[in-house]
Amino acid sequence: VSSDLLFEGIDEPGLATLDGYRRRGGYETLPKALRMSRDEVLNELIESELRGRGGAGFSMGKKASFLPKGDMDKYLVCNADESEPGAFKDRELMQKNPHQLIEGLIIAAYAAAVTRAFIFIRGEYAEVADILERAAEEAKEAGYLGERVLNSDHNLILWVHRGAGAYICGEETALLDALEGKRGNPRLKPPFPANQGLYQGPTLINNVETLSNVPHIIAMGAADYVKLGVPNSTGTKVVSVSGNVQRPGNYEVELGISSRELICGLAGGPPAGREIKFWFPGGSSSPVLTADDLDLPYDFDSMAKAGSMLGSGSIIVVDDSNDVLDVALKVAKFYRHESCGKCTPCREGTNWTVKMLERIQRGEATPMDLDIMASVQERIIGHCLCVLGDSMAMPIGSMIAKFREEFEAHMESARDAADRAAIEAAA
Amino acid sequence: MTEIARFSHGSRVPGWDEPVDLELDPAEVPDPATTDVPDDLREEIEGYMTRYPDRHSAALPALTAAQHRHGWCSPEALEQVACVMRVTPGYLAALATFYDMLRVEPAPPGTHAIYVCTNISCSLNGADALYDAMREAAGDDEAFDVRAFECLGACDIAPMASVDGTYVGPLAPADCVRIVEQCRAGEEVLPERQLARRRAADSVAREAGLK
Repeated sequence: VSSDLLFEGIDEPGLATLDGYRRRGGYETLPKALRMSRDEVLNELIESELRGRGGAGFSMGKKASFLPKGDMDKYLVCNADESEPGAFKDRELMQKNPHQLIEGLIIAAYAAAVTRAFIFIRGEYAEVADILERAAEEAKEAGYLGERVLNSDHNLILWVHRGAGAYICGEETALLDALEGKRGNPRLKPPFPANQGLYQGPTLINNVETLSNVPHIIAMGAADYVKLGVPNSTGTKVVSVSGNVQRPGNYEVELGISSRELICGLAGGPPAGREIKFWFPGGSSSPVLTADDLDLPYDFDSMAKAGSMLGSGSIIVVDDSNDVLDVALKVAKFYRHESCGKCTPCREGTNWTVKMLERIQRGEATPMDLDIMASVQERIIGHCLCVLGDSMAMPIGSMIAKFREEFEAHMESARDAADRAAIEAAA
Repeated sequence: MTEIARFSHGSRVPGWDEPVDLELDPAEVPDPATTDVPDDLREEIEGYMTRYPDRHSAALPALTAAQHRHGWCSPEALEQVACVMRVTPGYLAALATFYDMLRVEPAPPGTHAIYVCTNISCSLNGADALYDAMREAAGDDEAFDVRAFECLGACDIAPMASVDGTYVGPLAPADCVRIVEQCRAGEEVLPERQLARRRAADSVAREAGLK
């Protein structure tokens, strides 16, 4: 069931250099794309049914087709601000095969008639950013970037832009603000970036993995690409598996593979003697699933039907040696730290969730607190400019719903311990 | 569980509770005639400014460059960047306090940035003990900026740390002393455990016949 597209020979020595990439047919798709009309390329992308790999899962081709036509300053921004806890696929794709991304980016820019592109990479990925910068330099010298790409009428300037450490910048409109040299605060939508994005110009924003798929789609044709995966989740997916598994790492699989095969087969499952307690199917912002859900196919629709989401395709496995409260607290503290503070429900909701979870830990909570906490989560969802708050509310809400008994038991034992301590202190 | 650093007033932003001095003159763009900016820093910042249709976009790379030189985003560093970019220092202070990699606390030039990831996947594999060990290994040496950082995107080598931008892992608490010593000696950190040299799990699985 597994097929290699993006990860084909990923560890080949020298693949990160222009020569290494060309040796195995790299940059041969670009001339083919440039011979096609922009609309033909766009059509191929739409027909490939490629869904965005950054988290939202929106049709990449359709998004590109939303950009207004005509002569104006349009931008393409590659979102390489991979910060979702549990996600590390873009890092490996950029580190080991940067030219695949750049070729995809040039083709996408051609299809959308964009002349200026930026790769916004998170500041922590300094090593990877160096590799990307070298690759972009090589591509420029070889005539793939710059004026009149390969003697066509397509011009493209590309710069690698480094962030400075803020999870929120992975949100597309916050990323645009950060790229404009502001604090990364999300913007009100609409207008959507396709109409008014970077420097107020129409902007196409795509994830690293999404753009890395583009050369393959054009090379093999959309008709062949849709044969990979399952209907409505076409293609392959690089899935990051981590947490309590024996072989953590990135695995490229066809969408629709059984989750068990991915977690227990490829990644080796939990350590010997341990059972899977729950797992995040799409990074820390996805509602958790339990061991009962392991036989679900791993694709966009199946995960949504199970009440969760595929997101960026990052599985975090938690085994039965861990307390659900500790994981919930980690998640909540992360989102509290990363909330930009612009919208009240997120800024206050994340803060109060942490405080209430800590109350449970200290034994100062009452069973009513669980309901209050659940209601706080409900009041965050859908009430902010971006989904950062939702990203905490959904997993915490699902943990309370699925492990309520454990929270209650924890509450009781912590309260008993606190009582005993108080009695001892008095005596 | 690692605590997020907060000031005594409860905010992550210093000076949050200080009232504005209404008697002060409005902030101005520093005067190039009286602001001393090192030539190489000016050149670097101007280079960044040419990359973008709007010069403000150069703010983050410029602040990173200034921090590299000064050790942190000191008032002097902000003044220099502001002078070259033609913005007020306040504009830059707003950025420096927002982004985690920009330091708003004094640190000497050449400070080693050690970020220990303490997010879910790393903490499931013992990151909290690693963070404590790393702080202990660095002690009160102010040339080390040891921080519990949010997910660094390397859960495959959990628990891990970023040492001056180089990702290393999986780490045990016992490795921390060696990491600190290697930083002090200016050596490469744990070469055998750098992420850059690690093979993809996908390739290993393929060779093992799992794929």
